Amino acid sequence: MKLLFERSRTGRGQSLIPACDVPAVSFDPSLLRAEAPRLPEISEVDLGRHYTELAKQTHGVNDGFYPLGSCTMKYNPRIDEEMAALPGFTGIHPLQGEDTAQGCLEVLFRLEKLLCEITGMDGMTFQPAAGAHGEYTGLLLIRRYHQARGDAARTKILVPDSAHGTNPASAVMAGFSVVSIPSNAQGGVDLDALRAAVGPDTAGLMLTNPNTVGLFDPNILEITEIVHRAGGLCYYDGANLNAIMGHVRPGDMGFDCVHLNLHKTFSTPHGGGGPGSGPVGCKAFLEEYLPEPRIREENGAYRFCTPAHTMGRVRSFWGNFLVAVRALTYILTLGREGIPEASAGAVLNANYLMNKLKDSYDMSFDTICMHEFVMTLERLKHETGVSAMDVAKRLLDFGMHPPTMYFPLIVHEALMVEPTETESPETLDEAASVFLGILEEARTDPESLHSAPHSCPIGRPDEVTAARSPVLRYKFAQ
Amino acid sequence: MGSYIPSTAEERQRMLEAIGLSSTEELYRDVPASARLKVLDIPEGMSEMEAAQAVGALADKNRRYRAIFRGAGAYDHYIPAIVKTVTSKEEFVTAYTPYQAEISQGVLQSIFEYQTQICELTGMDVSNASVYDGAVAAAEAVMMCQEHKRSGVVLPDTVDPQVLGVVRTYCESRSVPVTVLPTTGYALDADALKAALADNVACVYAQSPNFYGVLEDMDAITAIAHEAGAKVIMAANPISLGLLKTPGEYGADIAVGEGQPLGMPLSFGGPYLGFMACKAAMMRKLPGRIVGETVDKEGRRCFVLTLQAREQHIRREKASSNICSNEALCAMTASVYLAAMGPAGLKRAAENSAAHAHCLAGLLNAIPGFELKTAKPFFHEFVTACPVPPETLQKRLDDEGMLGGLPLDDGILWCCTEKNTRGQIERLAEICREVSRK
Repeated sequence: MKLLFERSRTGRGQSLIPACDVPAVSFDPSLLRAEAPRLPEISEVDLGRHYTELAKQTHGVNDGFYPLGSCTMKYNPRIDEEMAALPGFTGIHPLQGEDTAQGCLEVLFRLEKLLCEITGMDGMTFQPAAGAHGEYTGLLLIRRYHQARGDAARTKILVPDSAHGTNPASAVMAGFSVVSIPSNAQGGVDLDALRAAVGPDTAGLMLTNPNTVGLFDPNILEITEIVHRAGGLCYYDGANLNAIMGHVRPGDMGFDCVHLNLHKTFSTPHGGGGPGSGPVGCKAFLEEYLPEPRIREENGAYRFCTPAHTMGRVRSFWGNFLVAVRALTYILTLGREGIPEASAGAVLNANYLMNKLKDSYDMSFDTICMHEFVMTLERLKHETGVSAMDVAKRLLDFGMHPPTMYFPLIVHEALMVEPTETESPETLDEAASVFLGILEEARTDPESLHSAPHSCPIGRPDEVTAARSPVLRYKFAQ
Repeated sequence: MGSYIPSTAEERQRMLEAIGLSSTEELYRDVPASARLKVLDIPEGMSEMEAAQAVGALADKNRRYRAIFRGAGAYDHYIPAIVKTVTSKEEFVTAYTPYQAEISQGVLQSIFEYQTQICELTGMDVSNASVYDGAVAAAEAVMMCQEHKRSGVVLPDTVDPQVLGVVRTYCESRSVPVTVLPTTGYALDADALKAALADNVACVYAQSPNFYGVLEDMDAITAIAHEAGAKVIMAANPISLGLLKTPGEYGADIAVGEGQPLGMPLSFGGPYLGFMACKAAMMRKLPGRIVGETVDKEGRRCFVLTLQAREQHIRREKASSNICSNEALCAMTASVYLAAMGPAGLKRAAENSAAHAHCLAGLLNAIPGFELKTAKPFFHEFVTACPVPPETLQKRLDDEGMLGGLPLDDGILWCCTEKNTRGQIERLAEICREVSRK
């Protein structure tokens, strides 16, 4: 496929901006760039077709089943998009007066209240632009809390070995060192290891529950209590909230702060990798450390205010506002009954699909799962040479996005499957038969899996060369 | 109420039975009873129509200005129609990060094109796939420069205060010293920078045009910083780069900025786009996703996420940053915008923005009490005095559907783009004259 730059022809383009209606400015030549940027010169029709062609080479949720574990690829309702496109939101300057942006402030204020109720928290910020950004912000809350108490010794964050890689990376960015906590045989936190790890240097624990193997840790109350007794705080990674929202709240499990991924749990689209939104909620005793500004209600009007001991800013303005508009629309639509129904539906779909596969594929844990389950293809690889990667790539031939591969790290040859609640039983049945068919193929014709996919625009890319001799931009002919 | 679940209650009951359960409750058997939520205390769900009315009513509570003369980090530029059309395509909107290259060539290629355009715009060698916004781009760039023997950042107080806030937050948590140089006259003084640069400072960060619209003396800043062995991070307005000298030409090591002006609506502050580009020597320190070109088995050109050895999912606590999601759809927006505008269109947007701003500055400067605060060269923003409380002026402008400049401690920060017509500019000046007479 041609690149934009290869479609460019000198002098082409559409008239978009009128000639200037006031005298031109003559800048000192020393302030001007020597040469024009080599942006493509392209007619509107060619530009439109270029992206239509690119769209055909992109698999989104609306193109088919997308059981990408840990990513919650649920359907993105159209009404949410329509609301986010309202000129009454898109045309509002972030620094226009509070009085003239009351609708925007109310969006954030109402969404904060709704999400606090869903998570069992007392206050929330929408500044973080993504989950990892939220983790960083939540950890800064913990850091500020200990600093304010003069407890400088608390420098360590405990992270289970099953955690997403962002957890330890965020902890280091927030100025902590990381202690890895092993998992027990059931995939949960090893309580003895946790007890041994906590101490006067413990700043906090970061935990995803349900965890990354898709199981709800039944010891959760004991876990948070162990950390609290040692003087640490408990951070809830909201990556897997879609399993439990409306049924159990992080705040009631003993967590002190939480980040959410609005682009997972609350159905805002992922956009090919952003923009997301990673709001951070916390219990009342941490609210004074939240980023500035927050929004409060005062005689029916909404006002910005600065928390007493704010950590400052983690992003400009008020976060990814239009993502918040989508999430608000979504929550208003689902409401009291729909929120728990959605999570129960996600758990049901995962169990239904797992049940159809578990006699053929090895499950990392053969028990009732939450919203996702992890298969291990270790035995298959040993017996046939077919890897998790081979199976994933073969799934592409059937129009299905593969599950998350090789994660969590504690499961070998892992495929992590998260169907979400917005798939019908027929889709799950079809997916199951594709999975079973591929297993059959692994035993009879492993070569067809090693060389998969066969029906995509490209075959497997040479990633080693890409990393060793990086070509990261188009090279123009001189 | 609707939860977008396709299956009916009967179907769900059959599914439960298929897995050997009789009720939904049993799915949550691992949840301790004492932690179970009894009632979720939020309103009942709405039909789509009701939700549309409720959220639409919130949008209606906002005031939309017909003419905007305020920038300060968010700019009201014209957005070509094709930008919205392309970026609304459901494939792009609903896809995840392009991990599976074989079915994600569309997104991957668009990021590769974006990276190329950002390199062209900034005069740099390598761009990442974007970060959350310009402020985070600045903070991440400061982190890129920290070395074992060199740490800290020096920056003037002419940078965007919100950017400074984010840089401070990121630096505080990594114990990176931040030195803010006070300035007089709305621009950094080269001698003050020279005096402030210890020989172990990792980097200097400067924004040009700066928060007050003034073009900083970047030649002097880069020369002084490099002489002291510090890296230079230059933040630039991407529209200005259609016309003005690039960070690459000034010799900066890293270029960053807020990409919002490239086709993103104001949207009360987000989603926006942080762009980051650097010299080849710093490539492996660049955080975030990066797309590279390669070939498949058949030798066909294709694109993949690359240099992943830097990233959190491989390196965990040793990663160069925790970032995973970027602002992919915003990067695509910028890319479509730049392709639609072309070099001539982008230059015209820059020239017209500057021309409108200079026209307004000239008219205001002639009004008693609205004098320009500095004679230094500026792009499309500038500061004037204000003879009345800025709220009084804004109240008057409200009647005209105009959003005036941003009130500062000592005046008003004005902004023009290509969208402000001569008529609007003259009317604004007229109102300022009226106000100054009272």
